[in-house]
Amino acid sequence: MGQTLTEKILARAAGKARTEPGENIWVNVDVLMTHDVCGPGTIGVFKQHFGPTARVWDRDRVVIIPDHYIFTKDEKARRNIEILREFAREQQLPYFYDVGTERYKGVCHIALPEEGHTRPGEVLLGTDSHTCTAGAFGEFATGVGNTDAGFVLGTGKIWLKVPPTLCFVYEGNPPPWITAKDLILATIGLIGCDGATYKAMEFRGDALAQLGAIAADFAGTAVNERGVRFNPLIEERMTLCNMVIEAGGKNGVIEPDDVTIEFVEERMKAAGTYRPYEPLKSDKDATYEAVYTIRVDELEPVVARPHSPDNTAAVSELAGEPLDRAYIGSCTGGKLFDMIAAARILAGHTVKIDTYVVPATSEILQALDRVRLNGKTLRQVFEDAGCIIGPPSCGACLGGPLDTLGRLNEPLRCISSTNRNFPGRMGHKEAQVFLASPLTVAASAVRGAITDPRELLP
Amino acid sequence: METRIRSLAYVLGDNIDTDQIIPARYLVYNPADPEEYRMFGRYALSGVPTERAGLPDGRIPFVRDGEYTSDYQVVIAGKNFGCGSSREHAPIALNAAGVKAVVANSYARIFFRNAVNGGYLIPLETAERLCEEVRTGDVVEIDIDGCLLTNITTGKQYRLRPLGDVRPIIAAGGIFNYARQAGLVPNQPDSSSA
Repeated sequence: MGQTLTEKILARAAGKARTEPGENIWVNVDVLMTHDVCGPGTIGVFKQHFGPTARVWDRDRVVIIPDHYIFTKDEKARRNIEILREFAREQQLPYFYDVGTERYKGVCHIALPEEGHTRPGEVLLGTDSHTCTAGAFGEFATGVGNTDAGFVLGTGKIWLKVPPTLCFVYEGNPPPWITAKDLILATIGLIGCDGATYKAMEFRGDALAQLGAIAADFAGTAVNERGVRFNPLIEERMTLCNMVIEAGGKNGVIEPDDVTIEFVEERMKAAGTYRPYEPLKSDKDATYEAVYTIRVDELEPVVARPHSPDNTAAVSELAGEPLDRAYIGSCTGGKLFDMIAAARILAGHTVKIDTYVVPATSEILQALDRVRLNGKTLRQVFEDAGCIIGPPSCGACLGGPLDTLGRLNEPLRCISSTNRNFPGRMGHKEAQVFLASPLTVAASAVRGAITDPRELLP
Repeated sequence: METRIRSLAYVLGDNIDTDQIIPARYLVYNPADPEEYRMFGRYALSGVPTERAGLPDGRIPFVRDGEYTSDYQVVIAGKNFGCGSSREHAPIALNAAGVKAVVANSYARIFFRNAVNGGYLIPLETAERLCEEVRTGDVVEIDIDGCLLTNITTGKQYRLRPLGDVRPIIAAGGIFNYARQAGLVPNQPDSSSA
């Protein structure tokens, strides 16, 4: 009997021929990532249990990306970055993307592939629940806590239960106004925000080769000084995998294809992080716990209402709901694709409500000055529309310190391209957050109320 | 491992996510620092909207103003407790506030794992809608070995699921102690390895 991609990756990492769902196995970890919020606690666990002078198991496999609380005056937040800095120095870690230097990146889940740390067939763990984003590259990627991460720092191993796999097949040709954010919100609405708890979510179907159409004419544009090219399809696959955690999923995964290989090879070579890797695919006779088929050509843009990502509705059902704020950013909705999609709507319009645009990484921020839409840079488009552009970081997606740009310090009604809308997520616990695609967020910013992006697409 | 726990119960609903357990603004504290660890107790469950804090009536603070620990050592909740972020600060906050066990219909995976691996509290599951049966302030007694929760205030009893696979890790006090017993990590931190 065949195995799913997730089962095959875990079996290989455990040195076994095969694994079964439910089996507990010890797995060798290929990359461990941590950041400023969970890094200090992880380092604390590591030192407590392995000793004050212990060395990490493999310094080439530890990646530290400060991204959460960067542009704040909070002294403890700054102290936490200093703890990371000291640890990176002491352990001589080559992959530390320090704040205030040219290496500073921003949101870890977007920085990992940008810097060539995502490879098909590998096992990637991170002290952040959205580590699952990297499943878009055909690897096993999941979030862990400080204790697990401290254990991995010392041993390079982790204890995992092999998850059963749910298969989601997206069929049909997505219309240009349907983004991966709509697909994943529709999927979470279908199975609920605990519908994939302890399970792997594997995404398949012909639509996975056609995502990103709204930005397709920018594909191949050089986005940084290394000449690396923009890939809207890959970015949309990342959005799909990013939000499996909002369905409770252990990991999300997409089989690697030629597009994946081209992307990761280009990134690794540009960043100097190349190492051999071996892609895997699901067997044709793999056993899935369940298979869901979703026709994307019939989908309407989707919005998740307060206070849960599974509280979904078609945008038409909510049209006209008044709003106070719009937010475009985060690992989910702050990539270059999301910037281009939003700009397509905002060009030639003025926003009616406070609208924040926070690119996920410094590379994307720079691309705002490189990428042009009808002769204007994306930065000009956003500024002319009256948006506030913030520095790259996790920003107000998770609220953060009180001085975080865009944080909901009042009980406002906000539409956001981010990933979570549980009470208090973006700051005030009585605030109302609607989750939507960057197209829907931008259209709603223009009208000051929830708006179907099809009404404003040129 | 404590096998009998008797305490006042604090009751919550479904989908209590990690931002409600410990709001992100407090993640600036470093749990590796014992003084800062206490701060997580002070703000535990402070993100739960006031109306739903301490069911069924709500408006019951979990930790009284200015205190570091709670009067409630057992939390009862619905499904998907601890969903959201991977922050270990969530079970840490409950532990710092003095919580010994949570009884929920189900857990988000990372919270459950963190609670067990860090040895912070015992995450128990029940098929019964205890969050609609028990009132905040009721006295409950949990018998871990007997898989039973007794509401002393009402006299009613409820079945709990056995801990299963994770029991030896909880009994050992977390993944490191468990791994030491299994010979997977050295018994003493090795300070000569630099």
